[in-house]
Amino acid sequence: MASGMSYLRMLEAESIHIIREVAAEFARPVMLYSIGKDSSVMLRLAQKAFRPGKLPFPLLHIDTTYKFREMTEFRDRYCAEQGVKLIVHRSREASEDNVNPFRMGTQKCCAILKTKALLDALAAGPFEAAMGGARREEEKSRAKERVFSFRGAYGQWDPRNQRPELWNLFNGRIDHGESIRVFPLSNWTELDVWEYIEAENIPVVPLYFAKEREMVVRGEALIPVEHDLPLLPGERPEMVMCRMRSLGCTYCTGAIRSRATTVPEIIGELRNLRRSERENRAIDHDQEGSMELKKREGYF
Amino acid sequence: MELLRFTTAGSVDDGKSTLIGRLLHDTHGVYEDQLASVRKASSNGLDLAFITDGLRAEREQGITIDVAYRYFSTPRRRFIIADTPGHEQYTRNMVTGASTAELAVILLDVRKGVLPQTRRHAYLAWLLGIRCIVFAVNKMDSVNYAESMFDKVCRQISEFTTRLPGCQLHSIPVSALLGDNVVSRSECMPWFSGASLLEYLETVPLDGLAPAKELRFPVQYVIRADSGLRIYAGQIAAGSVGVGDRVTVLPSGNVATVRAIGTCNGNPARAHAPASVTLCLEDHFDVGRGDMLASTAFPPTAVRQIQATLVWMSDTPMAFQQPYLVKHTTQRVCAEVSRLISKLDIRTLEHKEGAEELCLNEIGTVELDTHRPLFCDTYEENRTTGSFILIDPISNQTLAAGMITGWAEAQRRQPMNRGEVHRGLTVWFTGLSSAGKTTLSHAVYERLWAAGKKVELLDGDAVRQHLCKDLGFSKQDRDENIRRIGFVADLLTKNGLIVLVSAISPYRKVREEQRARIGDFVEVYVNAPLEVCEQRDVKGLYRKARGGELKGFTGIDDPYEPPLNPEVECLTDRESLAESVDKVLRLLEQRIETVE
Repeated sequence: MASGMSYLRMLEAESIHIIREVAAEFARPVMLYSIGKDSSVMLRLAQKAFRPGKLPFPLLHIDTTYKFREMTEFRDRYCAEQGVKLIVHRSREASEDNVNPFRMGTQKCCAILKTKALLDALAAGPFEAAMGGARREEEKSRAKERVFSFRGAYGQWDPRNQRPELWNLFNGRIDHGESIRVFPLSNWTELDVWEYIEAENIPVVPLYFAKEREMVVRGEALIPVEHDLPLLPGERPEMVMCRMRSLGCTYCTGAIRSRATTVPEIIGELRNLRRSERENRAIDHDQEGSMELKKREGYF
Repeated sequence: MELLRFTTAGSVDDGKSTLIGRLLHDTHGVYEDQLASVRKASSNGLDLAFITDGLRAEREQGITIDVAYRYFSTPRRRFIIADTPGHEQYTRNMVTGASTAELAVILLDVRKGVLPQTRRHAYLAWLLGIRCIVFAVNKMDSVNYAESMFDKVCRQISEFTTRLPGCQLHSIPVSALLGDNVVSRSECMPWFSGASLLEYLETVPLDGLAPAKELRFPVQYVIRADSGLRIYAGQIAAGSVGVGDRVTVLPSGNVATVRAIGTCNGNPARAHAPASVTLCLEDHFDVGRGDMLASTAFPPTAVRQIQATLVWMSDTPMAFQQPYLVKHTTQRVCAEVSRLISKLDIRTLEHKEGAEELCLNEIGTVELDTHRPLFCDTYEENRTTGSFILIDPISNQTLAAGMITGWAEAQRRQPMNRGEVHRGLTVWFTGLSSAGKTTLSHAVYERLWAAGKKVELLDGDAVRQHLCKDLGFSKQDRDENIRRIGFVADLLTKNGLIVLVSAISPYRKVREEQRARIGDFVEVYVNAPLEVCEQRDVKGLYRKARGGELKGFTGIDDPYEPPLNPEVECLTDRESLAESVDKVLRLLEQRIETVE
């Protein structure tokens, strides 16, 4: 590069520009915080963007109640340490008996506990702009997302009618009730995220590191034994050396067999890995084009 | 490692998605499980196009709808691809993809050769500042890898690319379907000795537009530290900034000293574009979002009337004198299109004058009046400070992409005002059409501006395009025109501005009315004999009046009533412009009172 900046520092500068743009253009922005590695990087970038000031917006976590215990513990401890304002939104439906992935299936469960809960939480704010840690590299419909992505009054995404987005000039104008989803990490890859975590020494949930965990082996998938996971006939939990590559609800997350116990080991593993990050996310695969349909309805 | 951002374009069915699928597949940019999902969706075997055609509607129609971003790397470079659709109705996406790219790969079908879309894509890439274009001549397998077919297409390419000056051009024969010359060199085309597409992408020097050297720092956000200190956050758009540097603050024109720089990783003595940084100044100036800190030796131009190339992206055609919002760096200002200078004919790549409208996917050069000054460079000089988008304040839609090409000459490469406070005054230039009012008033404006005065121009022609566009040329309408000008001049004069009015204003009575209303009033009679004016005929109006096309034209079939006691009379047929300017300025020296 003519500027002599490393690739990671270029990405960092671009993301900070985006985050500052949100703070400057919206009266009520919020940053989605999902506790995963991408959120951890996004939070660090936001802190850098406003240093030595405080974050000019709160964090919002949509708690489906089907998260790993380690995740909620990490969330509460880390946010307290960092002195950031965190809103935890738990949907009303979560306490209802029949709303769980085991009985109603992953699609409906996700629609109620995540997508609807997210829309409710944004309306309750009310928040005009919500930043999320999604990356274009993750999934093929995300590859078509704008950095500033317009959402109608019901949070829907209309991929055929997106605003053109040129240079680094973002159009964040909305009417009452409409909102913008913002993706500061649009141009980051999974490897970039881990390299940044290493360079910046950013704490992440221990679930990302390999250790012996109690799992059910179902076909190719490793499913964590948590939240009263119903077992199929003949299934028995077993201890497997594994780690989570991406984090969601326990039932839908899945693990990969791995021996990587440190960040450099994870980076080494990723350089040779031939399988995608969201492969183990059950909800992405319940039908072809699944992520796009969820996004149209308001999923991140 | 180096990063190359490139964009891809091509007409429908040229095989663009397949080419990108091939690039990603052969560089191991696609994971195995993603390939399995592509195999599941393909009708036979592995359809590489499905790797990139991500949206359901695209699969149903077999086309690419929206720009998609792809990421891959080789040991030599990191790549970001902006994959953009080729059909005409989605040209706005192609422009989107090109806006951040340094290189463009344009696909052609060897059997079809150069299509109108090919020319359009190449021109758009060039227009958006891309100075390196690779033509991938695809489907070579379908013509038995014939060299003569490739040569024929190359000749077509060189015929139209003469219109893309300064552009590095390269053509490669490929088969995306079978992988020839995409990642590795093809054995089927021994006659082609050049590099494969990927090799070329890995090694092409990234010169592009020369990076601008002078500091441009648009203030994006103001951070208030606990100590009460104001810290200015933003991304350096050009050049570099160091501790102790003196920088010009726009729009105030104040000069400040940089006290400290904050980056993500400490407090360096100097930071370069494109870093996102924070700056603290020694001096306590009121600086906010939309302001700019810039090189003191070479500040950007502060202008309110710019010339720009627009790519229109909305179904609603461009409207004149309708309020739009301009987003330029971190500024958002109200603006109106005052003139469509020319429109691009995409078939000939020529700019044609006389166009009346600009519609979806059309490209035109316009004049834009902004309500506050923009601090800008031309797009050629600086991609960040030379670009803007137009937003519809009602629908909130992004209407157009704009690239600044220039500005009105009267506007200076200088900060707006340097704070001298003086009493207001209206200087009224009256005289026949072509007597020299505009030339004289602009020259006086330049001198006053250079002397640090607060000065504004009310030009009769401009006023008739905006404030008085509902008025005609009857006596009644002419008087109303002058009264409106007088009203505005009065307001500005009361606010301490020197207002230069340049208008024929043929009737004595209504001029005297304005003198009485404003009080601080000077009349300048720009006097040249009718024959001289008619000979000059700057706007061709006398010819039309004599030919009967124009009725009621001053001096021909409508009277001009010269001032009886003008403060200054300039005989523009006998004295030089400099003499006339001096006459006016000498008088103004006596009349402009500086307020302590």
